[in-house]
Amino acid sequence: MNSVVKGTGYILVHTPDMIMRNGTTQTTEMIVNPGSEYLKELPNHIRTYDQAVNYYPNQTYIGNMTPAELAAIEGPWYDKPMENAPRYGKFGEIMPEAEFYLLMQTCDVFDLMRLHKDFVAEHLEAFKANPIIDETIVARVNAGVEQDEIEHFVNDEHAEGIYYNDKLVGYLKRAHDVDVNLSAHVMLENIVSKASSVLATLYAVQNAGINKEDVDYIIDCCEEACGDMNQRGGGNFAKATAEIAGLVNASGSDVRGFCAGPAHAIVDAASLVKSGAFKCVIVSAGGCTAKLGMNGKDHVKKGLPILEDVLGGFAIVITENDGVSAEINLDMLGKHSVGTGSAPQAVISALVTQSLDKHGLKITDIDKYSPEMQNPDVTKPAGAGDVPLGNYKMIGALAVKRGEIDKKDLASFPAKHGMMGWAPTQGHIPSGVPYIGFAREEIMRGEIKKAMIIGKGSLFLGRMTNLFDGMSFVMQTNTAAEAQAAAGVSEDEVKVLIGKALKEFAANLIAE
Amino acid sequence: MSLLEGKKVIIIGDRDGIPGDAIAECATSAGAEVIYSSTECFV
Amino acid sequence: MDLENQKRVKEFTEEYGAENIVVLLGAAEGEASGLAAETVTAGDPTFAGPLTGVSLGLKVYHVCEPEIKELIDEAVYEEQISMMEMVLDVDDIISEMTAIRDEFCKY
Repeated sequence: MNSVVKGTGYILVHTPDMIMRNGTTQTTEMIVNPGSEYLKELPNHIRTYDQAVNYYPNQTYIGNMTPAELAAIEGPWYDKPMENAPRYGKFGEIMPEAEFYLLMQTCDVFDLMRLHKDFVAEHLEAFKANPIIDETIVARVNAGVEQDEIEHFVNDEHAEGIYYNDKLVGYLKRAHDVDVNLSAHVMLENIVSKASSVLATLYAVQNAGINKEDVDYIIDCCEEACGDMNQRGGGNFAKATAEIAGLVNASGSDVRGFCAGPAHAIVDAASLVKSGAFKCVIVSAGGCTAKLGMNGKDHVKKGLPILEDVLGGFAIVITENDGVSAEINLDMLGKHSVGTGSAPQAVISALVTQSLDKHGLKITDIDKYSPEMQNPDVTKPAGAGDVPLGNYKMIGALAVKRGEIDKKDLASFPAKHGMMGWAPTQGHIPSGVPYIGFAREEIMRGEIKKAMIIGKGSLFLGRMTNLFDGMSFVMQTNTAAEAQAAAGVSEDEVKVLIGKALKEFAANLIAE
Repeated sequence: MSLLEGKKVIIIGDRDGIPGDAIAECATSAGAEVIYSSTECFV
Repeated sequence: MDLENQKRVKEFTEEYGAENIVVLLGAAEGEASGLAAETVTAGDPTFAGPLTGVSLGLKVYHVCEPEIKELIDEAVYEEQISMMEMVLDVDDIISEMTAIRDEFCKY
């Protein structure tokens, strides 16, 4: 039987101080053009935490509004605040920077990161008050250090400074004096990724209504690499995340594929479960400091706020079929192969129609497509266009070519089979996966039957190949009853199974 | 003389527009010599 | 434009001579096309890369512009570009590219 999506977690972290110090657009500018107008002007374009929370696309990401509700508000959205929007949502939360620094410190197992004792004292209560942060994590908080120690490591020991409201409040030091793979810069990126992955994983476990002990395996699919000079990408974020999140029975590994990583990882996870190797697998990923303010030059030039001011994270819980949850159909996979080439139409055909053709289905038989759900507020002013819309136009054009829709219906195809993008440009974060939480609910409510999740990856950026990459899979209405009936299981047995699963589902809803 | 025939062509493609390799196929078909092809990514 | 790409453009121009080089772009929008075109003609407008203050004046086109499209084997264009051409705002790209070439192209 197919595996199911049992629950999802989606989190954002507002990190205004990391934009200038850790975003590569800014750090590169500091090297090549230190006195530039851009660097002078940037601080005037930073959003407050409240502004980031009151932003419709961010509220969509954490599940407080649906993609349909977002699409009903005409963009751009950055100048239309949602007043008094909540921090917490159905899928997760938007964590403020100070609390995230505490979470980062708890995720550091090598005594690399220390915060000022006053800073810890000031923010510890808020950190503890977050219902998702349990006592084992709180117990990992270090009481903090004096300013002298912070300044010593930042000034004399190549540590990365940790800043809050532009003030030095901590350090994250290198893990080796010579090895660049363990430099303070790399360790900071990796601990940020790990901490945001931990947060998303905690929400996914809670939302799925499972126990932490139930998780057999976790697959990390972010775009960072951890290791040392003898094994630069040795790994593994997954198990490191599971340790802090308390998934005591889980092992894990990392899967990489640039922005297509999540789609590959979910197919792997669904395969592990369907094969019977494991009963419960989590796919998770944290966020990326390097991409903060990536398109900032264009945003500042056009008088917009720096919209790339949040880290993203997500986690998807995939389990054995429970009779009710939306399924992952492994008979409907699409993949970009070595021989596919890089022509956009070849790429999209490989990803979209490969699996449809196998089952004699039409493009219009998929109710919703979730390709790359980048927020157009971010990409349009930067000259990358409206990425999801571009994908929908391509899929629509394919449907016209195949004679499945009329050319006159091409204009309405994106709204009917697609959505407006809402995810931050954090590479792997927008790549198909932001819709999985909504798709699960829409499928279970009977609003849609099939959704295709599409991940695409720019492998060529690694300079190891000039190839592109992509992977797609289909989520669908649960077919357990049909499958069991076909296998000779009695209707009564099926009813008992479904009744049990529905009870669990209802209990989770109440718990929410 | 043709704009492309016998010319050295440098390609700057775009992941969300036309990728470098696709442009390279086109340029070669027009008799140009592709000396560099790259694809940029803004997302 | 990516810094490594700027470096390569500069090196190839020195090696082969600016008059022998054509730059082809695949940008997703008119404005992005114009910025890339400006970089290889007038110099990097963002003052970040090796082409800052370097006016190469290279011939530069977007692959969807008619001058280039007509030179490409029809079947190859159909296979590689045609569907993306339907997605892009080609008129906007043409107008941005023409403006940059008129102002900065030396060849």
